[in-house]
Order: sequence, then C-alpha cells, then structure tokens
Amino acid sequence: MRRFVLLVVSATAIACAAGCATQMPAPPKTQAVNPKPVAAGPGPEKTTEAKVLPPGLDPSVNPDPYPSTYRPLPSATTAIVNARILSPGAPEIRQGGLVMNGGKIAAVGADVKPPPGATIIDAHGRVLTPGIIDPHSHLGVYPSPGVEAMSDGNEATDPNTAQVWSEHSVWPQDPGFAHALAGGVTTLEILPGSANLFGGRSVVLKNVAATTVQAMKFPGAPYDLKMACGENPKRVYGGKGRAPSTNMGNVAGYRAAWIAARDYQRKWDDYRAKVAKGEKADAPLRNLQLDTLSGVLRGEIRIQNHCYRADEMAQMIDISHEFGFHIAAFHHASESYKIADLLRREGICSVTWAEWWGFKMESFDGIEENVAMLQRAGACATLSSDDENLVQHLNVEAALAMAAGNRAGLNITRPEAIGWITLNPAKALGIDAKTGSLEVGKMADVVLWSADPFSVYAIPDQVYIDGGLAWDAHDPAYQPKSDFMLGQPAVGGQR
Amino acid sequence: MARLLAPVLVMLGLAAPPAIALAETVAITNAHIYSMGPSGEIASGVVVVSGGRITAVGASARIPDGARIIDAHGDVVTPGLVATNTPLSTVEIAEGVEETNDNATASGVISAAFDVQYAVNPNSVLIPIARLGGVTDAVITPTLSGRHERKNMIFAGQAAVIHLGQGPDLLEKTHAGMVLVMGEDGARIAGGSRAAEFVLLAGLVEDVRAYVHNLANYDLGHSRAYGLSRQDLEALIPVVEGREPLMISVHRAADIRQVLRLAKDQKLKIILEGAEEAWSLAPEIAAAQVPVLLSGYADLPQSFDMIGSTLENAARLNAAGVLIGIENPPIYEGGRTPRIDAGRAVAHGLPFAAALASITINPARIWGVADRIGSLEPGKDADIVIWSGDPLEPMSAPTAIMIKGVEQPLRSRDLDLRDRYLHPTDLPPAYH
Repeated sequence: MRRFVLLVVSATAIACAAGCATQMPAPPKTQAVNPKPVAAGPGPEKTTEAKVLPPGLDPSVNPDPYPSTYRPLPSATTAIVNARILSPGAPEIRQGGLVMNGGKIAAVGADVKPPPGATIIDAHGRVLTPGIIDPHSHLGVYPSPGVEAMSDGNEATDPNTAQVWSEHSVWPQDPGFAHALAGGVTTLEILPGSANLFGGRSVVLKNVAATTVQAMKFPGAPYDLKMACGENPKRVYGGKGRAPSTNMGNVAGYRAAWIAARDYQRKWDDYRAKVAKGEKADAPLRNLQLDTLSGVLRGEIRIQNHCYRADEMAQMIDISHEFGFHIAAFHHASESYKIADLLRREGICSVTWAEWWGFKMESFDGIEENVAMLQRAGACATLSSDDENLVQHLNVEAALAMAAGNRAGLNITRPEAIGWITLNPAKALGIDAKTGSLEVGKMADVVLWSADPFSVYAIPDQVYIDGGLAWDAHDPAYQPKSDFMLGQPAVGGQR
Repeated sequence: MARLLAPVLVMLGLAAPPAIALAETVAITNAHIYSMGPSGEIASGVVVVSGGRITAVGASARIPDGARIIDAHGDVVTPGLVATNTPLSTVEIAEGVEETNDNATASGVISAAFDVQYAVNPNSVLIPIARLGGVTDAVITPTLSGRHERKNMIFAGQAAVIHLGQGPDLLEKTHAGMVLVMGEDGARIAGGSRAAEFVLLAGLVEDVRAYVHNLANYDLGHSRAYGLSRQDLEALIPVVEGREPLMISVHRAADIRQVLRLAKDQKLKIILEGAEEAWSLAPEIAAAQVPVLLSGYADLPQSFDMIGSTLENAARLNAAGVLIGIENPPIYEGGRTPRIDAGRAVAHGLPFAAALASITINPARIWGVADRIGSLEPGKDADIVIWSGDPLEPMSAPTAIMIKGVEQPLRSRDLDLRDRYLHPTDLPPAYH
C-alpha cells in the first residue's frame, strides 16, 4: 500500500518555523484519496458524483509519488560524556554530555547522567557539534568521476525546467557522499544547476550510504525549487540565440512563468469548485512544470534562488511580492551584505561562501565578512559548498568567516559561527525543527571532532546520523565505500 | 614606514612609489621564528632587515643602530608564502570576461613559446587580496587552452615568478619553467589517446634537438619540417638541454611512471604536477629526485586518471623523501592563500614543518629561486610575515607583511567594500 504523506501541512508548518517575515498563503485542504481505477464501460460518466481522475492526472492526489524509504542506521542508546558541547543558540558547555536514544537526542547539558545500559563514549574533552548541513550541493547529480556520461545536474534545454526533479538525477554511488560524511556532513540539499531561470526541484538527503536515492531522502523535508538570476541563464540561452539573453529577459521569463502558474492554479480551483457543486467539469491537463510553480504559490515548495548581486536580489524580492510567494534563500549571494536589512525584513536566508568570490562579474564584490555582517544585521546567514571538495571542510570555511568577521570588529561567537553550517542551513531548508542543533527531541545528528572544529587540524572522529554511527575515522567497519571504489587497485585511503 | 606614509600618499592621490625607495633598516624582535632555513625554529629571536634584504636571523642577532623595531610580541614570523601554480596577475575575472584572461593561448603558432611574463598586471586588485593571505611571491604558470586548433599544442608555455609588492615591476624570474599537460587533457589534444601523447612528446623533443643541430639550414629552408613553430622550438632549447625545468601535469600512476622513464631517457629536468597517484610510486619518484607540486584538497576520483587520489599524498611523498610543494588554486576558486591547504595536509599526516616548507622554501627550490626567497636567511629578499597565530590555522592572519624590506598596507579592495557597507551614513554608500 502506497503511503500518502500530507507534505502540504507539515511543510508549511516547518517553513514558518524557519521565520517567515511575510504571511504564507494558507495550505489548501487537499484530501488525499486513493486513486481508484476508473470503471470501463460505455456511456458518459455521471458528473454529479465525486469524480476521481485516473492515476497521475490529479496533482493533489498523491503529492509525494517518490516517497522517502529512509531508515536510520542501527543504533543503541549512547551517551557521549566529558565532551565540550558547541551548538548554535546556546552558550558553549565546557564539559558536558549528550545522550542519544531511539535516533533522537534524549539529553544534553553539563549534568547529563548516562542512562543504565547505555554505550558510553568518553570524549576526553573533544568537541561535539551538530551534524553539518550543506544547503547547496551537487553531489550525485555531478558525481565523481566527473564524466559526461553522468553529468546530470543541468537540464539546459529550456530556461524553464521547473518540471525536473534533481532526485531523478542523483547517483547514490557518488564517492563524494562518503567524503562529505568524513567531513561531518549529515544532511545535504542536492540542487539542479543554475543554467535555467527555473532549474527544477531540489531534494534534501540524509547523508547515508544507500542503493537508491529514495533511501536517502530526508523524511518530511519540504521540496524546493531552484531558480537562477544573472549571468548563467542569459549566457546559456543567449548563446543559443534565444531568450533570455539579458537580465531584463531573465525577469520577463520569471514573470511569464508565474503568470502561467497562477492561471493553472485558477483552472484547477475552478474545476474543483464545479466538481464540489456537482457541475459538469473537465479537469485541466496536468502539467508538471506548473505543478511545481503552483506548489510554490501555495507555500508548499520553497524557493532556493541562485542570485549573486544585491540589485538582482531586490528585483527577485519584488517579483515574489508581485505574485505572492516567499523566497527561502538566496544562494551564493555574494552581495547580501549590501542589503542585509532588506534580507532580514523579508526573512530570507543567504547561502554563501567565505572564500569563493570573483570568478565572474556578478561575484566580484564577494567578501569574506559576508556571513558575519548578515549575522550582526540579524539576517539568516549560512555557508555552503557547491563543491565536492569544499563540502568536506565547511568547518574551516566557518572558521575563516568568523575570523574575518572578528577582524572587522563584529564579535562573532563560536555558537554563532557553528550555526552558519548547522542550524541556519536547516532554517534555509525548513528542517530546523528536526535537526541543526543539539537539543532534546531533535534528530541525533552529531559530530565528535578530533580537535576544535574551527581548527584546520580537526577531523571528525565519529559522525552519528539519527543516533546511528555512520562514520568512524578510526574503524574501517564504519567507513562506507561506494560500489564504484570496489576492486580499484589504486585506492589511496579513506580520504 | 609604510603605515605612516601610506595615508599621506592616499591624501595626495599618489600611487605607491617603487618598493626600493621605502626599504629601510628594521629589526623584528621577540619573534617566534620559523626560518625554513639553516636557523631552523627559534622560539624567541630577531630578524634584521636592511636595504630590502635580510641581514641577520638569530636568537640574539645584533640590532643595528637606528633600526626601526617591530616587536612581534612572541608571535610567529615566517618567510612570506609562495603561491605556486597560480594565474594571479594574469587573470582578473575568469568567467564571462575572457578579455582579462591572459594565462592561456589558442594560437596556432605559439605554445611552448607562450610566456606569461608579458601578461603580468601589477594593478590587479587580486594581488593585495592574495598578499593578505600571507603570500609575498607567486609562481605564475600558464594553462592549456581548451581551444587549440593544432593537435601538437600540448605545451602551455613558460612560467614566471613574481613578487606581490607594489610598483610597476613584479617579475623576479622569467623562463622559470615550461608547462606541459599530459593525462586526459593532453590526450584530448594529442588526438584522444594518451598513447599518442608520449609519441608526440618524444618526437617534439627530437625535433628541438634536430633544430639546434641544423640552425643554419633551418633559416635556408634546408631542414625537414618540424612539428612546432620556430618560436616554440627556440623556447624548448633550454628544456631539452636540461637547463629549464619542465613541469608536467600528470595524474595516474602509470603515466607518472612513463614520464619518469621519458625524463631519464631524454635527460630532462622535470617537475610532476597534480600527481594524485604519485604516493603509490613514492620511492621511485624519490630515487629519481623529481619534485612534486600537488593539490592540498584533491581526494576524490574526479576522473579515471585519479582513482587513487588521497589527502595523504603529501604526507606519503614527504615521508619517502620527495621534495613537495603544495599548490595554490586560482584565487577566484577559493585560493586566497595556500596556507589552509598546507594545514589540511597536516591533518592528514604531514609534519607541520614539512607543511610550512611546502608553501615556502620548497616551491622556491623547485622553481629555482631559493637563492632569493622562501626562507629567512641573511642575503635573501626580506619577504616576511608576522602572524597572529599558527600560520596554517584559519583563525590566524598576518599582522604585518614585508616584501623586499617594505612593509605592505594591510588593505585590499574587499576590505574597502567591507568598510563601505559596515559603516552606513546618511549618504549612499558610494559617498564613503
């Protein structure tokens, strides 16, 4: 029996927990109904009865057709004691403990007593942090080896490919996942590339070794839609002699798409109203592209918007107001520091870097202090990798950003800086009620570091995902290896 | 002192004067010195600078009368870092602004003869940003253009060494080395197979030797046809004579083995670059006394050429006695400084001193400039950095930077941007 997940309600609730400045549209009261085979037979159907469309034709039925089959790794009740605990939103605990039970954090603090029968790990003063969350990754869709045969991240055939879903391109055997895990990453958002105005849906994954992408999907995480501003879409399509070839062409493209989405939504609303009144009605033809866009308009799908320049971000915000949706995060966001107040007011996260900038005109004004300046302005600030190497070292990126902020006199605290790679990305993805900090009741996604995580010399000794030991730097039995790496005589080491 | 003079110059709207004009006598005291030279590590010592050069290094070096004292307060003092294999100063914006990309050519005539020295732009705004990463000198290497029309253009051209001080002339050494690209990228240009690359390369080396022996006939048109232009043949003469190093980008173990054999047969002085699988034949590389310039972050099988890529490459090669340098990725690809990559190698087994050497004295030795840069030794250029902490740690930063004896301003375009938006006023940011 297929499981129907009412993603609609939970997604919106989580989304607003992430701090919506603008009012989200109320979710529709969609009834999830088991699709029944339509009776074959002569004569028109009676339209006075509740009509069930054939499977796949009604987008409100089965809103989660590719459900998560994620199951946490095996776990035992585990207490990590004598640890320094570093988690966003709370003062650092010099010496404390953390208990994981049933996949959740059961206790955390200075005076935690291991429950009877718990496996006890003495941290000997090492640092515990939440698992790292990378909100901008292309692992699996641009996997290693980077061969053309598996270059599946950009459906660069049309400026609007809102109909594609990155999860349908993810290769779970990408060796990059295990490397990211070795770097302490427990959750990732895998996005389509930025060639298109609308690149497609993103997927949030738990960083567990799996044979199918469904088995990695973060249960209950909302979907996102990748949009892209600026140079990439106009270069890709302008280069083909078609629209868009300018920034104004980009904006016209976004607006035309939202108009189509509103119209599509209206047609379905009219249809449902007629059906409800028992009137004769033809269902609109389902359109996957417009399903995703109208999901955004209903507040179910969140916008992750690749956008570098401050002026372009301000344009995108106006577009969001024009059509009534909310942008969850600007990605790359090199110039967010120029409009930090606007981003705070709008409740929009910035998913950026400390060290990556200047590779094209639109990133030329990127500065190391970006996240620190956003933090001090009260805006949501996060780092990300967008890279299969950087994803393994996001702790160092946070350290560089904190150091730069403090040289600027911004007095960034360690819990604030760790938040840039844990809780804040969880907010950007709408999963902060479930993970991103060491709090009782949250998923036990935990990293035990060999040294201070803001040191380049630190590596994760152990990484737990939902309480299960997913990585142990000192025990090959807990070092997942991709099928691709098997039987390769040249393999050089765990990382 | 630059710290006092710089504001005056700014007020007068003047560019900084040539470096030598400001070189002064300075003593850096109370310094925790990593000399990377014969003086080794000195827990508390003095570095004396005069006339742009280091004149003394030691626990109790004599401080000349009238020297300006910089008290390091126990902080770490190192030679300036050497960024190796960077396009710094020859590329301003890599993507979408091709007209600022001068580190590669698609010319059908010039490949080995391509020479980055002519593309160095001392006014690149990226230079002060790299300097703030503690980099005082850089090895500028050309890259292979993806747009070559001719199939034998496997040479990217010639490298140059620059310093990152101020003034119009940054060149420290030209014709520092020749860059050759093998592996998958070279194979593509050689017609799609790496087997063709080796045949092509051996043929080109023979062409250069034949050209040298038949110079007169070449001008008379009496020599056979060669696979390269006259400019390329000329540029390769010091390489085939073993006087100029040939840096070969190569990745998989089998290719590295072939390259070592070819270098031995042809008596070439080579540098391995990339060399992700070099660890698997470290003793052979050490025995051949071939240095390796490697990435400080590569650890994924990003191509079938580097299935064996690992962050332990540096540690294993070093342990086998190979001279290693850790490369600096382009500054616009996260490579503001090589120091973090060196630190990462420490996290994966490389001793600290070897890591610091891999971004100072080792690249200087590999590129033939160790007589002037890369360590704190009397007679060498005064390229010196004082650090707020461990130079390989992300939380540390330079607190003073000296190049050729001139203290550098701790400013850059990105700090100007920062300050403009950090301190808003009633007027738009463009007014402050």
